[in-house]
Amino acid sequence: MCGIAGIVNVSDRHAPPSAELLTSMVSAIRYRGPDEYGLYRDMRAGLVHARLSLIDLATGQQPLANEDGTLWIVFNGEIFNYVELRQELVTLGHRFRTHSDTEVIVHAYEEWGNGCFQKFNGQWALALWDSNAHRLVLSRDRIGVRPLYVREHGGRVWFASEVKAIFADPSVPREIDPGGLDQTFTYWTSLAPASLFRGIEELRPGSVRVYASDGSMEETVFWRPSYPVSSEEYPLTIDEATEALSEKLELATRLRMLRADVPVGSYLSGGLDSSLTAWMGRKAKEGIFQTYSIRFEDAEFDETEFQRAMAATIDSSHQELVVKRSDIARVFPDVIRHTECPVLRTAPAPLYLLSKLVRDSGIKAVLTGEGADEMLAGYDIFRESEIRQFWSRQPGSTMRPALFNRLYPYLARSPQQAKGMALEFWKQGLDRAGMPGFSHDPRWRTTAQVKRFFAPALQAEIAARPPEDVLDDLPAEFGKWDSLAQAQYLEVVTLLSGYLISSQGDRMLMAHSVEGRFPFLDADVMEFCNGLPASYKLAGLNEKYILKRVAAGHIPDAIIRRQKQPYRAPDAISFVEAGAPSYVAELLSEGALRDAGIFDPGAARGLYMKCVARANGAGGNGVFSNADNMSLVGLLSTQLLHHHFIRGNGDSPAASIEYTTLIDRVPLQQLSGTA
Amino acid sequence: MTEDAIRTQVHGFIRKNFLFDDATHVGDDQSLLGSGVVDSTGILELISFLEETCKVKFDDSELVADNFDSVNRISAFVIKKIAQSKA
Repeated sequence: MCGIAGIVNVSDRHAPPSAELLTSMVSAIRYRGPDEYGLYRDMRAGLVHARLSLIDLATGQQPLANEDGTLWIVFNGEIFNYVELRQELVTLGHRFRTHSDTEVIVHAYEEWGNGCFQKFNGQWALALWDSNAHRLVLSRDRIGVRPLYVREHGGRVWFASEVKAIFADPSVPREIDPGGLDQTFTYWTSLAPASLFRGIEELRPGSVRVYASDGSMEETVFWRPSYPVSSEEYPLTIDEATEALSEKLELATRLRMLRADVPVGSYLSGGLDSSLTAWMGRKAKEGIFQTYSIRFEDAEFDETEFQRAMAATIDSSHQELVVKRSDIARVFPDVIRHTECPVLRTAPAPLYLLSKLVRDSGIKAVLTGEGADEMLAGYDIFRESEIRQFWSRQPGSTMRPALFNRLYPYLARSPQQAKGMALEFWKQGLDRAGMPGFSHDPRWRTTAQVKRFFAPALQAEIAARPPEDVLDDLPAEFGKWDSLAQAQYLEVVTLLSGYLISSQGDRMLMAHSVEGRFPFLDADVMEFCNGLPASYKLAGLNEKYILKRVAAGHIPDAIIRRQKQPYRAPDAISFVEAGAPSYVAELLSEGALRDAGIFDPGAARGLYMKCVARANGAGGNGVFSNADNMSLVGLLSTQLLHHHFIRGNGDSPAASIEYTTLIDRVPLQQLSGTA
Repeated sequence: MTEDAIRTQVHGFIRKNFLFDDATHVGDDQSLLGSGVVDSTGILELISFLEETCKVKFDDSELVADNFDSVNRISAFVIKKIAQSKA
């Protein structure tokens, strides 16, 4: 797990990339890999690497090359099946110098070309530089666990794990991309290849991009989530499928526990997924097993009881972090410096704090349960969608929407007002049943309300662009999948890839040099889950049905049976209660809003003043509507993004980097006048 | 209080409390929940505003979208409540 960056001249009219610039780039993301640094440079290309050593501590340094030193790699991530692939490659005549997974990638690419990525079971972002053919190959894993950004301009390509490394080059213009911003305030993320910054692309998950020496670029998407067409018969009974899933998950967990030369710990949220993951992690390896949990001072969000029950069950060495509203407000600017995009909830902030606890306790890698809800239909959005689907067939029915009471027991108890209003909300768009996006329409519609705050000029600019809608880029067979599979697909390509495993995942973990490992995102586990019939995942309204069967007998019944609680943290209240940090008022001041030019200052001020008033007793009981919560967090994080990245206040001063790997092939006489 | 006066009050509250601007126009018959102007918690803010401003009290059974989902529905319903309270 590491950070990578580089500059490649796809045309030969540029001078070699400067070593100083490459050093600034790697320095900008040094927290991703503080253990060792490496640089490779020739007349056309410069690659840099910051290493977090987890596998082959002694000889796994990067950049690393093939036997004859013509094919170079910088790589962030893990190829969990590298041991098996290595054996296969040795049989085919390849010779290895190290025991790292990195070297396996180089030889796999030599052997299979772009086809090698299909064979990898892992989480990666990487760059391969063929110094003979002058060809640059960039690739990311199936789901996009590891980040990779690219800029191409005037015959030159910049790439890096994070945008801030590309911005380390002062010649790169810094502007917010209106399209990426517009997408974020619908889908909670920009949609790769768009990003939040104009001229900078996010490499698509599951893709390979090749820049050839003639300056041409070719991109292939080698994986997207895929589901059976509705009519296919499934061969396994529920019992057989439960056993198969159990085996696959245990294998995926074992690979993630054992393919590391350092100890691996686990997060415990109190829910089913991380409890089962931790149980399997515990089983995979002897010795002390470290687990970590977030607790909240606000009882509304706290899950302590279940976390402790699970820690006791597996007898882990358990550490807890209690998070207060003031902690969230304090670290939020750092959080946005790492997410590099706006967020609508503060939920990443506690995870930023938790990774620090992990790192301080000496652990460099953790398992989490991320991906289970997407692969096995755990989220309310899937159940809501099924009820709305059912309701749409008899829109006049009062019995059908009563199913929402089962989904949200508080509705059955709540006064008529909440129930009536909630139903009115879910009723919207009922006539669109059967159309792509039906499942996500309520969420996207709600989120898009934040765009009301956009300044008129920005709204006009967005309106003038061709829309980039996730529904315009669906796989050809999308319409043949059942409604649950369609909803799962949309959830994976938007919220999971773009937010949960990035803003709330990789970025929060790597901020403190901790690698996340996700058994539910194992390539085999994903294929297996996606192949399951809908009724094994969502049995009636019983979510993650098959996973509960896998977990039965291993984790406490109370955890299996409990009503699913979405992970949330205190939102807007953190920034407006008495004693909130001063940056909030500064960034939401008339002047700062006008300077950024993103939001209408009058409207944004109105929202802020309303929230301050409600937090301090006026006009209410301190309860914030969902719209106000999302809007305030969305506006503040966007203002922070502008402050850090467009105005440059978030740039960390370049540190001096000592390279343990340094291969510089630029002849000394060429050094004068390099850029 | 006339129906027109209530409409004006409601428009003002929506503008100040949900839209935060003067540019967006909400039609008298526009669905507030459906068009996303107000969400379900927001409706509660609107209801407590009406109770304070118009000096009426709503029963739980009256708090349904039918009575509150547009400016016209709200003004008609509040007028009815005021009339009831005087009767």
